[in-house]
Amino acid sequence: MATYTTAFASLARYDKGGVEVINDDPKNYVFSNMFDVASAASPWEKVAVAKNMQYVLEVIRAEGTSEWRAAPHDEFALVVDGEVVVELLDPAEPQVDPRAQGSVAVAGEPAGTPMGRITAGRGHMALLPAGRCYRFRAEQPSVILLQTIEGPDTVYRWADICQTA
Amino acid sequence: MTTTDIPVETGERNEHGYSSFRLGGFVFSRDEHFAHIEWPTGRHVMSVEAFLKALMRDVAWNFFYGIVNFDAVIGTMNHYGNVDLFAGRYNDAYRKAELDHQENFDAGHIMATFQAMLADWTNDGFDPFAAPQETGSAFGGKNGDNLAAVTRTRVTAERMVGVPGDEPLRSDATGHPINRMFADVPQDEPAVEPEAGYEGEVAAFNLYAYLSRSDVTWNPSVVSVCKESLYCPTTEEFILPIIHGNDRVEWFVQLSDEIHWKVEDRETGAPRANVVMKSGDVAAMPADIRHQGYSPKRAMLLVWENGSPALPDLIAEGKAPKTAVEF
Repeated sequence: MATYTTAFASLARYDKGGVEVINDDPKNYVFSNMFDVASAASPWEKVAVAKNMQYVLEVIRAEGTSEWRAAPHDEFALVVDGEVVVELLDPAEPQVDPRAQGSVAVAGEPAGTPMGRITAGRGHMALLPAGRCYRFRAEQPSVILLQTIEGPDTVYRWADICQTA
Repeated sequence: MTTTDIPVETGERNEHGYSSFRLGGFVFSRDEHFAHIEWPTGRHVMSVEAFLKALMRDVAWNFFYGIVNFDAVIGTMNHYGNVDLFAGRYNDAYRKAELDHQENFDAGHIMATFQAMLADWTNDGFDPFAAPQETGSAFGGKNGDNLAAVTRTRVTAERMVGVPGDEPLRSDATGHPINRMFADVPQDEPAVEPEAGYEGEVAAFNLYAYLSRSDVTWNPSVVSVCKESLYCPTTEEFILPIIHGNDRVEWFVQLSDEIHWKVEDRETGAPRANVVMKSGDVAAMPADIRHQGYSPKRAMLLVWENGSPALPDLIAEGKAPKTAVEF
């Protein structure tokens, strides 16, 4: 019986594919690679790698301890490399405008009730509940793909990360 | 979708044991090897295996987003409430020869007919959702049915898989063994440590383990929902049985392994690009193309969709963006 090896790329080892143009503009495909983006990013930058109207997928290089953040809607953090601890807090006072979209930074150490924590490895997806505060911690450089809505800290650098020719 | 009370036009069973089906001017019949489709200006023949695999996706996805091409000739266009059934409409040669034909049907009407056809034409042992090496044959005379396989519903989490009250995780006990091509995928679950009273909100699961236990191919399921932003991961092996003609931008994130996409012009079928995606790659499919994937080994693909109810009107008015971003 054949044996198979499932290929998961990482910060340390990734091999990009690409767009082979026949009659098109490669920029139409907005082609990038999560690990390539994370390799060039600063810790905790939220770099958009996909956008569909107001919705975005952000690549985050997780390294050290992040600031506290909050969003008025659910977000989802998929760890695609390494290990990330997610701390969750039920804030004593609302930390984000419920009419806003995307996450915002929470100044300092917010007061509230600890909700618990999640230790997530490669392939694990964590719920970041609406209205709650969260922060990440990673002992080693790791990579998160965040399902969210564009916010004030979403970074766009398409020309730098995407195939253009 | 409940369609059992909608009448379906069927013909007498033929010598192979199969019924024929009529939808307006279209007539569908099958024999031991082929599906035959006739319409007022022409006729077409497809391998019945390829036809049933495409029909299965069209039914399970409720006509999906945009066009589901069964091949270069036959397919459906979703208008969200009503559906075009076409022959040659998106084929340059058929259009120029004026042999193309399309008719519009109430979505419930065409769904009821397609469901009845799928149930009648799928034999015992054949699973149209399965990879080629994981199913019996589609061919031959009428030999029972496989209703359990062809009536599967698409998994659609309300918030996230694994959250209490939402879609459950997969396991051996739920009838989802690890696929033979994902035997090496770690099955560890994240350490979830909620404080008392927060058990429903402190939630996480192993998406890769969940996908390693998928019993279907080329069938996106919703695992997380950020308002109208839908994570629809799927496992892919062999060839996508339909050629998807986009009506909106669609994104792919290659989680594992490798898939090759052939991209063609949505209207004419003229080749536009080949896109090779390896683990970690991210790419958008523009709204004016059609695409078909080829996956040498079973692969994990995250399909990311925008399910906004405002999009059908924007699409109908030509106001939906053709490309994801301008830069």
